[in-house]
Amino acid sequence: MNIHEYQAKAILREFGVPVPDGHVCYNGASAREWAKRLGEGPWVVKAQIHAGGRGKGGGVKLARTSDEVRMIARDMLGMTLRTHQTGPDGKLVTRVLVENGCSIANELYVSLVVDRGTSKVAVMASTEGGMDIEEVAAKTPHKIFTETIDPLVGLTAFQCRKIAFSLGLGGKLAGKAVTVLQGLYKTFIACDCSMLEINPLVITAEEELLALDAKFGFDDNAVFRHPKLSDMRDYDEEDPNEVEASQHDLSYISLSGNIGCLVNGAGLAMATMDIVKHYGGDPANFLDVGGGATAERVTEAFKLILSDSNVKGILVNIFGGIMKCDVIATGVIEAAKQVSLQVPLVVRLEGTNVARGKEMLAESGLNIVAADGMADAAQKIVQAVKGANQ
Amino acid sequence: MSIMINKNTKVITQGITGATGLFHAQGAREYGTQMVGGVTPGKGGTTIDGFPVFDTVQDAVHQTGATASVIYVPPPFAADSIMEAVDAGIELVCCITEGIPVLDMVKVKQYMKGKKTRLVGPNCPGVITPGECKIGIMPGYIHKPGKVGVVSRSGTLTYEAVWQLTCLGLGQSSCVGIGGDPVNGTNHLDVLRLFEADPDTEAVIMIGEIGGTSEEEGAWFVKEHMTKPVAAYIAGVTAPPGKRMGHAGAIISGGKGTATEKVAVLRECGISVADSPAEMAQALLKIYKP
Repeated sequence: MNIHEYQAKAILREFGVPVPDGHVCYNGASAREWAKRLGEGPWVVKAQIHAGGRGKGGGVKLARTSDEVRMIARDMLGMTLRTHQTGPDGKLVTRVLVENGCSIANELYVSLVVDRGTSKVAVMASTEGGMDIEEVAAKTPHKIFTETIDPLVGLTAFQCRKIAFSLGLGGKLAGKAVTVLQGLYKTFIACDCSMLEINPLVITAEEELLALDAKFGFDDNAVFRHPKLSDMRDYDEEDPNEVEASQHDLSYISLSGNIGCLVNGAGLAMATMDIVKHYGGDPANFLDVGGGATAERVTEAFKLILSDSNVKGILVNIFGGIMKCDVIATGVIEAAKQVSLQVPLVVRLEGTNVARGKEMLAESGLNIVAADGMADAAQKIVQAVKGANQ
Repeated sequence: MSIMINKNTKVITQGITGATGLFHAQGAREYGTQMVGGVTPGKGGTTIDGFPVFDTVQDAVHQTGATASVIYVPPPFAADSIMEAVDAGIELVCCITEGIPVLDMVKVKQYMKGKKTRLVGPNCPGVITPGECKIGIMPGYIHKPGKVGVVSRSGTLTYEAVWQLTCLGLGQSSCVGIGGDPVNGTNHLDVLRLFEADPDTEAVIMIGEIGGTSEEEGAWFVKEHMTKPVAAYIAGVTAPPGKRMGHAGAIISGGKGTATEKVAVLRECGISVADSPAEMAQALLKIYKP
């Protein structure tokens, strides 16, 4: 789950991390009013979409007067913003953040992540603020400073000071850095983050530290204990099929190909996409129906795959463990009837109750191609889709 | 011989009165596993389908002599259950539960430092020594006793590999699902080390997927220390970056952890990597003559 920048900043403010004063606005007039209330100017107007690279796409603009704030906000609202992260279709801007500008003396980078290697949270900081950190890591790794955090003790002041001095922050700034870093760690733990990135963390001309941008990644497994966070979810920013899928407990990711895949288990689902590609096809999606899927859930999964108009054929690959093959067969038959299936369907079943499952499919009278093994299944669906295209 | 478990292993089920826990406890018992009881706080002193139920893991250990535990407790409480098992001195904990918050697991890992317990999982199918002991949710009948060890992050992909082996007449010594979470107990390297030391394992299939570096660490061990042939398959060649492919751990972040990268490292370390998931057993037969 992702949230908007203005929401991220509100959370940080709550945990004592300094951020510029600002307010979210939905039209030009309110943007002007809020600008006046916030201060004397200049102000920054920022398009609120869930994608990076907004500045280059024209989604971040400086305004000198409150009238300028109004005009910029008016132009930005309703525009489709394209950045390197939005894809070619871009994202519609429906809200903007108006905030006080600041005079920047220096830009730093700070982030916290769950480090798989140590099974602990790590804080990373760099003097190369505003840059793409992956590029910094690849080209100049010595400019990144890392501290690993003991989960039972938390981020200590001395660790924060080590980072501050590594970044060249002395005097009062070092003390301020301790406050900011400990505030970020508190936020990270309190919100069950998987990632929290401040890029840039700026040093202002007045020698203050300010988080100018913030990106949160939340642990999907922990959302259940943060109802306030789930309220911040903006469904308009997400792929509608992926939202639909999550409501049926299906794990679904849409891709650009034309062969729909319905599989149980995440590893097997990935492997199925791979084998489709291996035989010259192109998968339309990743879809894991999970271990305990019911016939209804399989039916929903089918509908979801077919709602993608690119899909020219479907491959069902099931290795039943907990999942019983006859349950899958019931779901497949039900779905094929409900949606009056027009595209080729190849089904590979193996595992618990496989004989019964195969029998049911054969007796259904539906045009289902049965396959033995993954390779056979992938070859059959690739061939069927190619045949249909010719 | 085998790794982790055998016909003498006594197993308790944490969360035995839940539908999932009971179902799989029954399944394991039918397979021949010594399922000696279960734990559900507040239901101690009762029995369910012949299994004695205890209030705490400690009680269960004292009364039954269990050395292994399998956890089917719901995600919000599962981390606590793991720590309870560790505290009671259980040697092997298999946590099947999917969806445990990662920061809970960070705490569990720290708590386990210096303790003797081995954790397998969470979010895994469990461990099986075919014909002797099954702890977890895998379908027993696809397995066959034999000499090939299998280790994998994914459940169903493990079944796929096992089935390919069984269809070719190749049995398995033990099969371990280490789970798809980013912070977990046992990794590929740990299991490979056990297989290398196990006199009855002759060869190994290692299955991995995108994200993290568990497969690479395993591969370096194979190159440096392993005398037995190892074949592998890595899922996720077609996975797009930045997307979580079902498993919380299966995500390509910052261009790291791609399947292509992993396959290259594995090959460099002398592992026979299957190009297709349908060829895992064949990839092993290229370098192993049973």
